Parts: sequence; C-alpha cells; structure tokens
Amino acid sequence: MFDVAVIGAGVSGAAIARRLSAHVVSVALIERAVDVSFGVSKANSGIIHAAFHHEPSTLKARLEAAGNPMFDGLQAELGFPFRRVGIVVAAFSEEEMKTIEVLYARGVANGSPGIEIAGRDRILGLEPKLNPDVRGGLFAPSGGIIEPYRFAFALVENALANGVRLFTGWNVSAARRIADGWHIESEKGERIEARWVVNAAGLFADGVSALFGAESFTISPRKGEEYILERGCAGLPSRVVFPVPARNSKGTLVIPTVEGTVMLGPTAEEVGDKDDVSTTPENLERVFDLAARMIPQVSRRDIITSFAGLRPALPGGDFYIDLSRRAPRFVQVAGIQSPGLTASPAIAERVKGLLEADGLALPPKRDYVATLPRAPRIRELSADRLEPLVAEDHSHAHVVCRCETVSEADIVEAIRKGHTTLDGIKFYTRAGMGRCQGGFCTYRIMQIVARETGMPIESITKRGGASALVVGRLGAGGTA
Amino acid sequence: MHERRYDAVVIGGGSAGLAAALALREAGRTAAIVEREPFLGGILMQCIHSGFGIHEFGVDLTGPEYAERFIGRVLAAGIDVFLDTTVMEIRPRGERRELTALSKRYGVVRLSAGAVVLAMGCRERNRGNVAIAGSRPAGVFTAGLAQRLVNIEGCIPGRRAVIVGSGDIGLIMARRLTLVGCRVLAVVEIQPYPSGSVRNIVQCLNDFSIPLHLGHVVTRIAGRERVESVDIAPLVDGRPDEARSFRLDCDTVLLSVGLVPENELSRAAGVPINGDTNGPYVDADLMTGAEGIFACGNVLHVHDLVDFATEEARRCGQRAAAYLGGGARAGASAAQSKVAPGANVRYVVPNAYVPGRENVLYLRPMIVKNDAVLEAAIDGAGIRKRKLAHVQPSEMIRLVLRADEIPAADPARPNLMEVSIR
Amino acid sequence: MSGSTGTPVALVCIACPLGCRLTVAKAEGGELRVSGNRCPKGEVYAGEEMLSPRRIVTAVVRTDSAAYPYAPVRTDTPLPRALAEGLLAALYSRTFSLPVSNGDVLVDDVEGTGVKVLFTRTLPPEEVPAVGEPG
Repeated sequence: MFDVAVIGAGVSGAAIARRLSAHVVSVALIERAVDVSFGVSKANSGIIHAAFHHEPSTLKARLEAAGNPMFDGLQAELGFPFRRVGIVVAAFSEEEMKTIEVLYARGVANGSPGIEIAGRDRILGLEPKLNPDVRGGLFAPSGGIIEPYRFAFALVENALANGVRLFTGWNVSAARRIADGWHIESEKGERIEARWVVNAAGLFADGVSALFGAESFTISPRKGEEYILERGCAGLPSRVVFPVPARNSKGTLVIPTVEGTVMLGPTAEEVGDKDDVSTTPENLERVFDLAARMIPQVSRRDIITSFAGLRPALPGGDFYIDLSRRAPRFVQVAGIQSPGLTASPAIAERVKGLLEADGLALPPKRDYVATLPRAPRIRELSADRLEPLVAEDHSHAHVVCRCETVSEADIVEAIRKGHTTLDGIKFYTRAGMGRCQGGFCTYRIMQIVARETGMPIESITKRGGASALVVGRLGAGGTA
Repeated sequence: MHERRYDAVVIGGGSAGLAAALALREAGRTAAIVEREPFLGGILMQCIHSGFGIHEFGVDLTGPEYAERFIGRVLAAGIDVFLDTTVMEIRPRGERRELTALSKRYGVVRLSAGAVVLAMGCRERNRGNVAIAGSRPAGVFTAGLAQRLVNIEGCIPGRRAVIVGSGDIGLIMARRLTLVGCRVLAVVEIQPYPSGSVRNIVQCLNDFSIPLHLGHVVTRIAGRERVESVDIAPLVDGRPDEARSFRLDCDTVLLSVGLVPENELSRAAGVPINGDTNGPYVDADLMTGAEGIFACGNVLHVHDLVDFATEEARRCGQRAAAYLGGGARAGASAAQSKVAPGANVRYVVPNAYVPGRENVLYLRPMIVKNDAVLEAAIDGAGIRKRKLAHVQPSEMIRLVLRADEIPAADPARPNLMEVSIR
Repeated sequence: MSGSTGTPVALVCIACPLGCRLTVAKAEGGELRVSGNRCPKGEVYAGEEMLSPRRIVTAVVRTDSAAYPYAPVRTDTPLPRALAEGLLAALYSRTFSLPVSNGDVLVDDVEGTGVKVLFTRTLPPEEVPAVGEPG
C-alpha cells in the first residue's frame, strides 16, 4: 500500500510527487496518458508570471507570488532551461494606462519584486520592438520564460530517482474506501492502494472527484491556440509582451521562448469538448492582428507550427487546493489554469502542508537527492567541449535532428527515460520542433525507437493510443 | 578528433554534390564530400520512379539508377566521403575556410578547405507553413517524408489518403500510395491549374481515377489521435467558400506544398540569401557573396529536373577549381555584370553574367501561357528572343547564351541584363 | 478510358512536353481517328493508350537485410497496364536476398511479355573507404 497516490502527472502532480519524495513516504504517481505532461501541461505558454494579474485575496495570486522566486533554485537543482527576461504590459491609450495602475497596485500587494510603471520612453527602452504608438506600461522584472515540458519531465525524473513510482497509461476508473485509505482501479483492471489520494487530474479532476465520492464540481475546458514563429525571426522581442488584459483573459501575448522561437497567443474560448485541441483559421487571423499591434515585425511568413491547449477552468476561476470535506484522506488540486506553472512549486508546498495537517507523517529522507545529473546535450556544447564526450561515445556526434541539433545519444537518453512516443521524444529533446518540423528526423527517430525498444515500426505512436505513425509494412505478409 | 585538409569540401552527397566533386577531381583538385545520410545519392535514393536522366544520359532512369551512375565514379576517383556526418559550422580562417562537422564514424571532424561547395538540397514546406487549422493527429506527412517511409523503410502510411498540392511530388506519391494499398481519395490544388507535369497527371491520377480538385484548399484536419477527416472548400475570390465545403473521411494527409532551399548553414556562415529563390545570391561562377563559398543544385534554387541540377553542379565544380587555381575570383569573373528578372520572371540564376564566354541561365516564369516569348536584353537592347510553346511556374527554363551573343561590357553603362517572358 | 464505338475519348498526349489535347474516336471499321495532335507522335501515343496502354512499373520489394529491408525495382520497359497489379502482388509476396547489384534481374519475363524486372539499386551500397589520418 502506498502512503500517497497522486492522480495526474502534469506539472502540478509532478511537483507534488517530487516534493513528497524528499520525505520517507511511498508515493505512486498515476497518469492516464502514455507519458507524463501529455494533458493540460503539454500546451503551455512557458511563462513564469510576475504576480500582478490576480487579486491578492485569491489562492492563485498567493501561490503565484510564492512560486515565482522558487524557480532559480529549481533550475539549479534540475537543470531545465529558464530565464528571467522580464514582463512588459503595453498600454496604447490613457484608458489602458489606468488599468496599468491597477495591475501595478496588485503587483505591489502581491509582493512582485521590482515592479514598476514605465512611461513611453522607458518602456520602449525596455522593449525596443514595441509599436512606437505605445503610451507606456508595466514592467515586472521577475517574469520569466521556461520550457514547460523539460520542467515537468525534470520534476518527474527527480521524483523517480527519489523513489516515487510512476504508472502511465493508467486511467482511474473506480475507487472505494478501505480500512486505511483507498483502493483504486484502472480501466484495464490494475489496482493501487494508498492511504491518501491527491486529485491533480487536470481536465478530468471533476470526474476523479466524483469517483471518490468527493465534492461535485465541473471543469470547463477553455481552449487556447498558440502559433510558433521560427527562431531568429524579426518579431522576436527581448521581454514577454502582454497587452492590457481583458476581463477574464490575460490576452494574446508575444513570447520569446527560452529556445529562441516566438510564441503568439493564447486565445481563450469555451469549448464543450475535453478533446478539442483544434486550431482555427479565424483565430490565426485574430492572433496575428493582436500580436502585430504590439510588435509590428511579427509576420505570418515565419510561422512554423501551431497548436492548442485546454485550460481546466472552475467557476470563479480560482484554484481549488484543499482537503476534501466529503471524502476522507483526499486532497483536491483542481482548476489549475494560469498561473498554474508558476505556482506549481508553491502548490506542492501547500499540498504537503495539507497532508501533514491531515495526519500524514513526513519524516525527512536522509538520502534525498535534490539534483538531477545533467546529461549533456550536444546543442548546448561547443565543438571543443563535445570532443571528450564524443570520444567516449560516437552516438553523441550522430546528428539526428539537424534543425535543433539533437544527437542519437540524446534520443536514446529520452527513450531510456521512458519517452517512447514521437511527442515524448520531441518534448524531451526538441527533435522535430525546428524549421522542418520532423520532415527529416522522423524516420530516423522511428528507427532508433524500434531498435532500442524492440517495438515493430507499426507500433510506434505520435502520442500513444491510436496515434500510430504507419499502419503496416509492405510485403512478406503485410501486403498492399 | 579528425582533421583533414582539401582543396575543396562539398557539403551534400546528392545529385549536385556528386557532380560538383567529380568536376573538381577531374580538374585535378583534392575534394571531400560530407553527407549526413549513411549512403550517397541524396533524395534520389527514395525517388524510385523513372523520369530521370533523359537530358543527361538520353535514357529514362529511376532515381537510384541515376545516382549510381555518379556514385561509382566518385568512389573510384579518390574523393574522400564522410557519411553520417553533418557540417555544423563554416568559418573563414585566413585565406581558407574551416568546417566543423559531427560524424557518427569519426566523431568531431575539422576540415580545412580552399573552397566550399554548398550542395545541401532543400527541405519541404510543412503544415505550419501553410497553417491548416484543426487538430494535430498522427497521419499528417509531408510528401517527401511519406516517400521515404514507403520507398526506403517499406512502410504503409495509411489506408485512405488526401493529398494537398498537385506538384510532381504530390502526384508521384498519389500513385505510390495507390500501389502500396493506400487509397487516394483526392488531390487538392489551390491554383486553378495543376502544377505538376501532364505526364504525371495522366500516369499518377488518371490511371487510377483519382479526383483532382483545382482551386480548392483543405481548410481543416480533424481527428483525435489519428487523422479522421479533412474539410475541403473551393476558393472564391481567394477565400475558402465554407458553404460549399465538403468532408472526406480519411486517415492520412500528405502535404506537397513546396520546397525551400536548406540554407541554415549558409546563413550562419554569412552567405547573403536571395529572397526570390531562398538560396544564395551567386555570381557568374556560382560563387556566393562569401569568399570561396560556391553553391549549386537545390540549395541554390529548387530544380524540377535533376539533369539541370547535375549540369549546374558540374559547372560549379569547374568554376571552383578555376578559383582554386588562380586565387581570388580568377577566370572570367573579373568583368561580371548583373542579371535581373524582368517581366513575369520570378528569378534568374545566376545573378551575374560574363561577356566573352557561354552563360547558362536558369529562370522561372510567374505566368501560365501558351505561345510565350522569352527575351534577354542588356540595357534594354534585345540580345536573344525565343518562342516557348508553353510556360508555367513549375517548369524551369534553361537559357544558354553563346559567347558571341553577348556584347563586350561598356564601362560607361550598367550592362544590366534582364530576362522577360511575355 | 475506352469508349464504345463512336464515343470520342479525350486524352492528353505525353510524348513530349507540349501536351496536345487529343480527341480519339473509334470508327466503324475499328480504326482510330485521332485529332488535336500537332505531330505524328500523338497518333502513335493515342493508338497505344487506347488499345494497349503500357507503363513502367516501379516498386520496392522486401529483402532479408535488417539494414536495407527494401530494395527498389523496375520493369526494364513499359508493361501492359493490365498486368501491373498481378506483378506487384507477386513481388510483394516474396523476400529477396542481398547483396544485389543495380541491373540484376529478379523476374525474367513478366507473363510472357518479354518485360524484365530489374533491381535499380546496389544493396548494400558500395563500401565507402575509410578516411585516413591527417594527410
């Protein structure tokens, strides 16, 4: 029997599992998809927010403010890409400047370090690519950018290194009370027993809550589309650029990603379907118009790809992180939309506190290792530093993805860490994310996966389930 | 670590790289080819259909047969070949160029070259470039990737496919998919005319009764984990007419929406790129704006016929050899004048010409027309006129100007050559 | 593609890049009347297409090699279209041993037509000599 079962291995569940792994408790991290971070956390803008968007009275504001400063330490320990580039909110009218003042006040109340109101000259100095029509705005130096899947993967890897057990392809379908906790079953009939359960199931937190007889609520999926422009394009800003926010949305942003590409978006619309991650031509137009208004050099010619994600919204829009009052030994972590990524380390702290208060003993683990060994990636190394690496193992010098400089060794490492789908490998290594979007590396990656795992090529999927790349092989049985 | 020194290093072992390296060797220069695949031949090795070599050899060959006519000669000619090797950087070093490459076999490789020939070919435009809305299921491939998966890996991509784009690659794959048991439901072409050759329309579509929807676009791709359907709409005034949109149930989408020369390495090396071709600007010797760096084949501009790429590459190798023989910009290059695209011409390559010798120009029209007239003029005075029975953007035109057709340069005038089609 | 006597059929000639639009009608006596061609090749092409269309057939066949599991092949000359499907089915059902050379014959005579099927690639590829030390 596990001490804690965490349902959902997105950024919240991963952060919680890792936090708990510093203690002498047994933790099961359960994920319905074939790989971690494949749900809500897959389609994330990668922004570490600077605590000025939300009222201090909200839980999200408090956790955002607490989480933001934790990223330097986390980066030092886990080694994911992260930079504090600062956030600029651009105002184009006197009316918008009034909203800037409101945001400023909120930021001060939330303790956002160094936040300031900037006039036109200053804001253009901070972000030279802004439309010169800008009137002024807000500058929050504590804002930053991160590669969200690398972060989630690193959290999980460190958690696993510290004894957490991961169960993927495990879809919770039933739960019942037993003497000391819970008996949980998967769709396939597998079982896990745990004394406490944490519901961090993202879009499906409402369904999971119902299975455990806990609170009844509804998660409404809110779709956001994002467009990626290629590395080095003219529209690349130095700061994360926000418009003045609309009533319930932070607006369409121009985001310099930590990898050098540009992300435009997200949009925000209610959708009925928890599986609807489609992009639309209307939103493409809208996103480009809005983005170009702030950064005129943004160009449709530079688009390399687009995608959409779903935010798990609760009525009222705040986080719901509390012990259930209806189901014993059950912690709810629901409604984690923006600023969920920023708040995640603080969410983990809060959940740890809730479990402790509920009676879970958490003696510290003496052999807890907070750091991840840094596997070298060829894209980060100069030729000189590559030489000793390559001398040991030539597969570091076998370039598989030319656009993003990913070696065979990088791909093999991803596979050995459990990422055997094309998307999982893509998020881990960036292979397939560059200008050719997998045109040249896809078959090479498939060959390596087949070789390393023994999977037949027809079983290799894009992201698990029915997403196989090819349907068969020619000849000798598998005929036309 | 591996260090080698050559007169010339050719980046890319496809049709252009092979021909350029052979020409350099035949001119007595030492040469190496750096190729990222584990075999020579480039994209030709997955082009198992015929139609190659009619100009170069007078025979109708398949891609691999065409390539092997060069590969054997390259291996016998004492040209060093680095397979599974990717060039990461080109830098000037004194009078020479230094290349750093990563090689599965040799590790970190440093090459010193007097001249570099860029022959990296091109990549395909993909779904992101054409912004097709919808979900992102498995089963969406660029045509070239699908071709690789079928013809080299022996995979069947799907059972029911829709192909976007009626260029030759899309048409060839329509036939190939059909022959491997994947039914092709439609080819969707944005222009009101097909962009591939008539031969391919007949042998790839008509032979299999595959419908071709001209003036249509795919407006969305649907499917959760694998493609489930596409929506196709006719264009009216350049916009999709949703009212007449129809849906096709399918599990595979192939995109044949254009090729882009692969110049990432060139850009990083400071080679100026021509926005009309997406390849380097080159002078009459096919040398780029970066000293000692030459370019040929699809990396310079996307060819339709491999025979032209071979010819261009051969000439490039010869000019690079001349450059090596005589120091900076030897041979005829001293007195070059500019060539520019004129009316209805998208681009002309190279971007300069030299009086007093034969100049071979390649150009692409921007119009579709029967009974057109091509004219080359210098400072407005016509020097050559040619009737063309049929022109269209997907058919490159080769223009050979003889030495005697080109007047000597007049130092008082720009001597600008323009090539037009009317 | 074949009309009954009297119904004209539209074809595009592919003998040269001009692509003349041909109209072909079968006359009473069974002979073909071809119009729209700008040269005699069009008439020849029309005749072949109507009576006995032929195509070069290319495919990849399974090999016994893990490194090169498929080998490209072709008919050496155009094969009557009607025989293509049967040929492909026969080829897909077999596994061929490497090494093979470009030009090797794998089928000597397709259905008595005299058309051969050849390998179009040398597999495994000709060995590339190792690059020596600094020279």
